[in-house]
Amino acid sequence: MVDISVSLGNINLPNPIIAASGTFGYGYEFSKYFNLNILGGISIKGTTLEPRFGNPTPRIAECYSGMINSVGMQNPGIKNVIGEQIPMLRKCFNNLILANIGGFSIGEFVACAKLVNECDDIGMLELNVSCPNLHADGENFGTSPEALKEVVKEVRKVLTKKPLYVKLTPNVTDIVKMAKICEEQGADGLSLINTLLGMRIDLATKKPIIANKMGGFSGKAIFPVALRAIYQVYQQVKIPIIGIGGVSSARDVIEMMLAGATAVQVGSQTLINPFAMKEIVANLPKVMAEYKINKIQDIIGGGH
Amino acid sequence: MDIQNCKILSNEKIAKNTYKMVLECNTKSITKPGQFINITLQDFYLRRPISVCDYDANSITIIYKILGQGTKSMASLTPDIILNCMIGLGNGFDITKSDKNPIIIGGGVGVPPLYRLAKELVKIGISPKVLLGFNIGEEVFLANEFSALGCEVLVATADGSIGHKGFVTELLDGIEYDYFFTCGPLAMLKAVCNMTISDGQISLEERMGCGFGACMGCSIMTHSGAKRICKEGPVFEKKELIW
Ligand SMILES: Cc1cc2nc3c(=O)[nH]c(=O)nc-3n(C[C@H](O)[C@H](O)[C@H](O)COP(=O)(O)OP(=O)(O)OC[C@H]3O[C@@H](n4cnc5c(N)ncnc54)[C@H](O)[C@@H]3O)c2cc1C
Ligand SMILES: Cc1cc2nc3c(=O)[nH]c(=O)nc-3n(C[C@H](O)[C@H](O)[C@H](O)COP(=O)(O)O)c2cc1C
Ligand code: FES
Repeated sequence: MVDISVSLGNINLPNPIIAASGTFGYGYEFSKYFNLNILGGISIKGTTLEPRFGNPTPRIAECYSGMINSVGMQNPGIKNVIGEQIPMLRKCFNNLILANIGGFSIGEFVACAKLVNECDDIGMLELNVSCPNLHADGENFGTSPEALKEVVKEVRKVLTKKPLYVKLTPNVTDIVKMAKICEEQGADGLSLINTLLGMRIDLATKKPIIANKMGGFSGKAIFPVALRAIYQVYQQVKIPIIGIGGVSSARDVIEMMLAGATAVQVGSQTLINPFAMKEIVANLPKVMAEYKINKIQDIIGGGH
Repeated sequence: MDIQNCKILSNEKIAKNTYKMVLECNTKSITKPGQFINITLQDFYLRRPISVCDYDANSITIIYKILGQGTKSMASLTPDIILNCMIGLGNGFDITKSDKNPIIIGGGVGVPPLYRLAKELVKIGISPKVLLGFNIGEEVFLANEFSALGCEVLVATADGSIGHKGFVTELLDGIEYDYFFTCGPLAMLKAVCNMTISDGQISLEERMGCGFGACMGCSIMTHSGAKRICKEGPVFEKKELIW
């Protein structure tokens, strides 16, 4: 028997597979498709202090082996999420719940973090400083070293009871520099990566397909970019990395862990196949056996 | 919702740029007319949402128009090819809300889901009047099939080659009805909502990431809050919609 459990800092997961934020709602709606407890964790839809409808539609465009989204953090606000959504998820899910938190100001991030800190069902705060859909030009806290430092520092001050993972954007010249800033400001780990800023134009209308023109590019096509970011960051920081971006198979999971990821999130693949994560978890032992891996935790960073 | 590998039983042209495909599958997850399926096509990342036009226990009929690259590739598929489909998506039309004398208003590729709807209405003893709008005569489809159900059918074409020359909404003049069901291009749906005097149900479209409620890609704001077209929709009541 192979061992697929991993330790993310001091959190033990039955396996490294986590649902990526924004691609699995609040989870509970999908408990009728499969038993959610086969997942190591679920990162909930990005949540802000106040309810948000998000961006105008069209919010989705197709790409070669991927997609662009411009949802813009549609969510019912942190109070509803903690009061209603998380308890519903907890009823059908026993493993790690990651609260993905977004915001427009440091004050908003801090206010959300305070509420997350007091919610027993949340196992970790995933600070989303990397959503490309909140400002017209894709800019966010994660693209400015100064802003990133400030927000991580202030959130860390109030988040005393939970691990803090910062989700970084690949839309920067030097992601290692951003990762080091997070580590220095006391982050417990990193989620790498959020979507790449991208766009498509419709030949029939000769205008951008996405109402907001640009959006976040995700899916299989971005796997090499995510892998590269994880590999680079792993060499320079000590805190654990959750790998995200284009994962669609058990082989991808192993490849990402070899690059340095301790756990792996699956996003867009779930949208085109709701059973993708279940299939990946089921296939993981087979692929490990094929490559003579007994304990998955042992391969983390093995590619270096 | 369930996912199945469905065999193409037939795929033939029925009007200009318009094809009818029959897929072999188990249809127990379909509960209402107006639901849709989401089809994986080889070499395309996202699935293509297409309404269920009709079904029996072992097959689904869809009618689709060539719009872009994906539907173009669909048109070239031959029988026996297997397509992976998510089946039984969306809420569908609620026929229990209909009054005794409803009308059905369809435009272009919005017409297919209305066929099964008409069939279900006929089953409960209601014979809807059917108003269909197309751009040109060569694009007209399903008109005879609606007639065969016993419905009175009126057609409008923009070029006037079949039926009334002009918009389908112009056919509303002088027609008596107490409820409506509609599906078609957005501009038509808006006109229908403005011109109709009764309550009714409207089926909407949007570009979709998932089709089963996971991504929030297809949301609209309604009088009762944000709704997902793929999950709470695609059918909405007239009084819910904000134009
Ligand atoms: C609930 C629902 C039911 C539908 N039922 C039918 C039907 O019965 N018959 C029919 O012919 N068409 C129907 N459509 C529209 C159909 O989904 C699009 O025409 C089709 O996806 C276009 O794909 P393409 O690859 O040819 O176009 P492309 O433009 O190449 O597609 C690129 C991407 O945009 C999406 N897209 C493009 N146009 C639309 C659109 N109008 N609506 C939704 N997604 C779009 C595609 O799915 C794909 O992801 C329906 C759409 C929805 C949402
Ligand atoms: C429709 C959609 C919505 C998303 N929403 C969020 C979000 O709210 N918060 C967040 O941190 N990331 C969000 N993401 C990014 C994903 O969590 C993930 O980082 C990214 O899609 C790359 O992984 P993938 O290629 O496996 O999808 C979203 C992605 C998609 C496709
Ligand atoms: S298309 Fe994903 S929620 Fe509707």
